[in-house]
Amino acid sequence: MNMEERLANTVRSLPPSGIRRFFDMANELKGQVISLSIGEPDFVTPWSVREAGIYSLELGNTHYSPNQGFLNLRESISRYMKNRFNLTYSPATDIVVTVGGSEAIDLCVRSLINPGDEVVIPEPCFVAYQACVWLAGGVPVSVPCTQADDFKLTPDQLEKAITPKTKLVMLGYPNNPTGAVLSRTEIQALAAVVLKHDCLVLSDELYAELTYEPAVHSSIAAVHGMHDRTVVIGGFSKAFAMTGWRIGYACGPAVLLAAMNKIHQYAIMSSPTTAQDAAIEAMNNAEQYVAPMREEYNRRRRFVVNACREAGLTCFEPLGAFYVFPDITVTGLNANDFCELFLKEEKVAIVPGHAFGVSGEGHVRISYAASMENIREAMVRLRRFVARRCEHA
Amino acid sequence: MGRKEEILSLLERNAKLTSEEIAVMIGRPIDEVEKTIANMENSQVILGYHTLVNWERTASASVTALIEVRVTPQRDMGFDHVARRIYRYPQVQSCYLMSGGFDLMVIVEDKGLKDVAMFVSEKIAPLDSVLSTRTHFVLKKYKMNGTEFNEQASDHREAVVL
Repeated sequence: MNMEERLANTVRSLPPSGIRRFFDMANELKGQVISLSIGEPDFVTPWSVREAGIYSLELGNTHYSPNQGFLNLRESISRYMKNRFNLTYSPATDIVVTVGGSEAIDLCVRSLINPGDEVVIPEPCFVAYQACVWLAGGVPVSVPCTQADDFKLTPDQLEKAITPKTKLVMLGYPNNPTGAVLSRTEIQALAAVVLKHDCLVLSDELYAELTYEPAVHSSIAAVHGMHDRTVVIGGFSKAFAMTGWRIGYACGPAVLLAAMNKIHQYAIMSSPTTAQDAAIEAMNNAEQYVAPMREEYNRRRRFVVNACREAGLTCFEPLGAFYVFPDITVTGLNANDFCELFLKEEKVAIVPGHAFGVSGEGHVRISYAASMENIREAMVRLRRFVARRCEHA
Repeated sequence: MGRKEEILSLLERNAKLTSEEIAVMIGRPIDEVEKTIANMENSQVILGYHTLVNWERTASASVTALIEVRVTPQRDMGFDHVARRIYRYPQVQSCYLMSGGFDLMVIVEDKGLKDVAMFVSEKIAPLDSVLSTRTHFVLKKYKMNGTEFNEQASDHREAVVL
């Protein structure tokens, strides 16, 4: 029996990751290398949040929760969205608690996309966007953003990408892998195009809490006319260092959220109860732990940007997330070769930019979610490596 | 957090950071950082740069004791005078005036149990204004100055996460 042939066509045609070989190499060398290739916080979840999870288990809270999540968690999320971003969502109808932001993205796409519907995706971006659209039978329309535009989608690009078949625009800012953040004015300009063409927006704001001065995170859902056509995806993973708990949420118009909850109910049932109890503590009492983490990321960010520039790499200044996305073309290498050689010769793992879309070629993603000691040593090695490569080039 | 406090908190965690590194990390010019640090040294905001040592992992382990001291405050000088007579001994690592059941908390470090005991009985207890002492020996250090001892720092994360 050829099992491969029996797999669903959509799954079979899902293109494999362009960096499979690099992935394998990095995995093989795990433990022997400095990893700046990890898209999750190096911090452990704040103790008060972990303690809330432990307490939840002690109480015997080991049962299902309501499908859309505990009401008090949804109330906390609603309060947070109001206080932080001036967005109004009813805990009863406009919020679903999901298994990480990733599930929320999938739910939103599956609830909206009919076969053949087009979804505009600015690249470089988080790797799941394309795949979710593909699996839902939609057509991902990639828009390559460039360093010249600070890796931001421009209204012009958006206008050109939209066709009569376009249903949804996916925005991921603060951006993984580039660290780009959109200003309020830039968001308003994009919103105008979206409104003109009557599209919907999925706004992935997982990194909203990790935005650095002078940038301020603003949500496209807060632009006049956008609230009822935008799903905001939020989560606990990045801000509260809770990746392994697998908990996130979606906020948006009630009818769409009800549809998302329908899929969620059949596919997932409900998010983990322990994680929800921990998330309530995170929402209500853990802001005091977020600020010091953000400050620490910001110091590392400045350090890495400076080190990249001193090494001779052109590096746009990221103002969000925890990534730096320097241009490595000066070395004469493509992104994949750069990363493979850097791993082999200097024992530092970073990720080739094209893993996040073709416009990431010529760039590498350096994650500064790592200890300052590791970052410092990795940057010494980066400087040495680039100098050596530039001699060759 | 103000600029000074940010520099202090960085140095408090890692005194080996250079002015250049601090300047980059907080996004200020180097000479401003150097000047700020010099000012804080001159005004005794920064009193020194120490290394946090886990002596237990070396051949020259030492003994630490917390000594509760009850004293009679002296006219016009309060507790300061007697505190000074105690904290000037080099064995005394820290000395605090306390509220509650006793007055001075004296933290002593010496080569062995006997040395600490002798120091207390010969130097502290006989002082005129000392009413009583209670000595507690430290058996194990779990955490000191914000640093956890014996914690293995290991990264359990996957090799690559996109």
